[in-house]
Amino acid sequence: MWDLRLWGRRGPAGKVGSMDAIDLARWQFGIVTVYHFLFVPITIGLSALVAGLHTAWYRTGNTKYRRMTQYWGKLFLINFAIGVVTGIVQEFQFGMNWSDYSKFVGDIFGAPLAIEGLLAFFLESTFLGLWIFGWDKLPKKVHLASIWLVAIGTQLSAYFILAANSWMQWPLGYTYNQASGRAELHDFGAVLTNKVALVTFPHTIAASFLTGGAFMLGIALWHLLRRPGKHTDLFRPAVKLGAITTLVAAAAVMITGDIQAKIMTETQPMKMAAAEALYETSAPAPFSILTIGSLDGSKEIWSLKVPHGLSFLATGTTTGQVEGINDLQQAYEQRFGPGTYTPNVPLTYWSFRFMILSGVLAAAIALLALWRLRRPRPRATKWLIRAALAVPLLPLVGNSFGWIFTEMGRQPWIVFGLMQTRDGVSPSVGAGSVLTSLIVLTLLYGVLAVVEVFLLLRFAREVPAEADSSDPEAAEPAFLY
Amino acid sequence: MALTDIWFLLIAVLWTGYLVLEGFDFGVGMLLPIVGRDAIDRKVTLRTIGPVWDGNEVWLLVAGGATFAAFPFWYATLFSGFYLALLIILVALILRGIALEYRGKIDDATWHRRWDLVIVGGSAVPALLWGVALANIVRGVPMGADHEFAGSFFTLLNPYALLGGLTTLLLFALHGAVFLALKTHGDVHDRALKVVPPLGIASVVAAAGFLGWTQTLDGSWITWALAVAAALCLIGGLIASRLGREGWAFLGTAATIALASATLFTTLYPNVLPSTTDPAFSLTTLNAASTPYTLKIMTWVAVIFTPLVVLYQGYTYWVFRARLGRTDFPTPVQKVAS
Repeated sequence: MWDLRLWGRRGPAGKVGSMDAIDLARWQFGIVTVYHFLFVPITIGLSALVAGLHTAWYRTGNTKYRRMTQYWGKLFLINFAIGVVTGIVQEFQFGMNWSDYSKFVGDIFGAPLAIEGLLAFFLESTFLGLWIFGWDKLPKKVHLASIWLVAIGTQLSAYFILAANSWMQWPLGYTYNQASGRAELHDFGAVLTNKVALVTFPHTIAASFLTGGAFMLGIALWHLLRRPGKHTDLFRPAVKLGAITTLVAAAAVMITGDIQAKIMTETQPMKMAAAEALYETSAPAPFSILTIGSLDGSKEIWSLKVPHGLSFLATGTTTGQVEGINDLQQAYEQRFGPGTYTPNVPLTYWSFRFMILSGVLAAAIALLALWRLRRPRPRATKWLIRAALAVPLLPLVGNSFGWIFTEMGRQPWIVFGLMQTRDGVSPSVGAGSVLTSLIVLTLLYGVLAVVEVFLLLRFAREVPAEADSSDPEAAEPAFLY
Repeated sequence: MALTDIWFLLIAVLWTGYLVLEGFDFGVGMLLPIVGRDAIDRKVTLRTIGPVWDGNEVWLLVAGGATFAAFPFWYATLFSGFYLALLIILVALILRGIALEYRGKIDDATWHRRWDLVIVGGSAVPALLWGVALANIVRGVPMGADHEFAGSFFTLLNPYALLGGLTTLLLFALHGAVFLALKTHGDVHDRALKVVPPLGIASVVAAAGFLGWTQTLDGSWITWALAVAAALCLIGGLIASRLGREGWAFLGTAATIALASATLFTTLYPNVLPSTTDPAFSLTTLNAASTPYTLKIMTWVAVIFTPLVVLYQGYTYWVFRARLGRTDFPTPVQKVAS
């Protein structure tokens, strides 16, 4: 395993056990990306909510809102830090682990990434610094604008990176140059207005608001239930704000998800078929609530279905034809030559369901919380407390499965129809190097998670400092270094 | 001027911006135990970079992204070739960022002490390794016709590159000391000033050696002129520091780093990654570049937004221009009393 040749060029020695560099690089991409995306949606959702609270404070001058801004702002910052540092890995690893991919798509894929940095990262980091340290140094209006610019920055960043990803799902605006062996951009507007990007962006932003809302809802509800009568003025409105955000966002997630499913059926029918474990082309196609397939996912054994359901989801009519995995596999073989063009069906099928289930559960808890909030003092039942603890985690599960679904459902392609994942990996990087970085980053991320959760729990329990307008410093130090 | 040349220049500017800006906050991190003898002094020290370090680091991300967009082959070969070195830098930057953000969250001496160690290590390691990496880019690496890096991690640890690493380590430490002297008053200020002369002399020696050696690679009168200008700015900065002109001193070390970076990139041009195997295999601004269409779009984006970024980052430095001292950090006891 510690063969030194492994750190050099890949060749006969390019394997560690039964894993070669490609498997390791895929595991690494999966781990660091899912991990990074635990923090990103919290940041996007919570930055806007904090900006909203700050605006309420600016408008009303009510110190209640100031304390809320600072309390949620602190939790936001703890999250933001990890999102930022793990983002550096995201940008570097295309070149480190996927250099052939980078060469192939650089002319197209690099531009949105660079623009993301120039337009979004600078905005976020600079104005967050101003916001954190500017409480008594900036004019009130500029200070308020700072947090809004942070929130806008997070969304801009989401747009450009999703445009880049959408190009991998549905490449357009390029020509393949035989001489240089790469895809070359000829219409940047088409890349930025890719219909996959235009629907994935609102879907992701809505999911982020769901995440931020559920985060606020869970923590505030816990306070309300476990510490009744204490700081009700701060946490009751937070439960309400969190729950309403969760519900509205959940509706938006559903609507955009529905449009997305139709676009997916058109652009990547195989992903849709795998999501539904639909093996035979059907018209009308049923929506599978539960399908049990053989272990390798190649056959269906038993299933529970809603008649016409998938036809409606995928095509908008109750009788529309939805292509099945077997037909698509055959069609792709004719188009691209012999090979397997079917993603891992059980993984695609289940990740799709877990994504939807976690979102629905979070929305249900939000509804329950709002219902219980009718009373001035909601009853602290065991189940409601458990729901409060679960609700911030549910969207994180949903977001992760959403990405696992969309990326695994595209396999074996790294760029749909253009380049397969196995062809994108770095030829000069040995399996030993990839394994080293996989182990190092996984351990490091594990440690960071422990520290982060420790801090979050500590500050989530800590009640915001009493408002005392005569001493503006009182509530401040925890923000700072 | 060809688009590929404009982008070579822009990427050089982004790297230079990164080295000048994050250079001093690496320096402040490294000097933390030396200038911050007690808890409050360390708070003063870290507060000088608190509002700005993250924005400084984005220069690196944009330099990386711009390399990907404008010279994908450079990005691909460089990042996959310098794999383990970059992994070490990544780990250091991650730990350092978390340390800077989390250190102040809990008021506990042990908590602070542990994160302080991380800040020192997380600042020193990239300060050293960026110099090593840049020197290797200028010197070139073993690379065949396939434009794939053909060396190993140890190829990168050659004497020239190690001298480059030592140079950036010393220069950044000095830059940080001069920055602290400008941004603080009281004990931190005095201790920062005290380390300027020894760091300054060591920097002059290392930088002269490194930039001199660089001339033997592919020197011209321009690279000589830039290197000499870097040396003059360094000496000028040290004299200004001696005379108590702290703003000029900081400008001096900033200009030194910028000119040293310019020396390196000018030496590199028109290559972006030379091959030591055979110059014919080198990656150049031409064979590593994106298409003119992509470069044109990126040029427009850069021309519009880079000045905007400089403007609002400049504003941040203006807002936090005041010198900091112990009086800005009342002790908890005083706080309760108030």
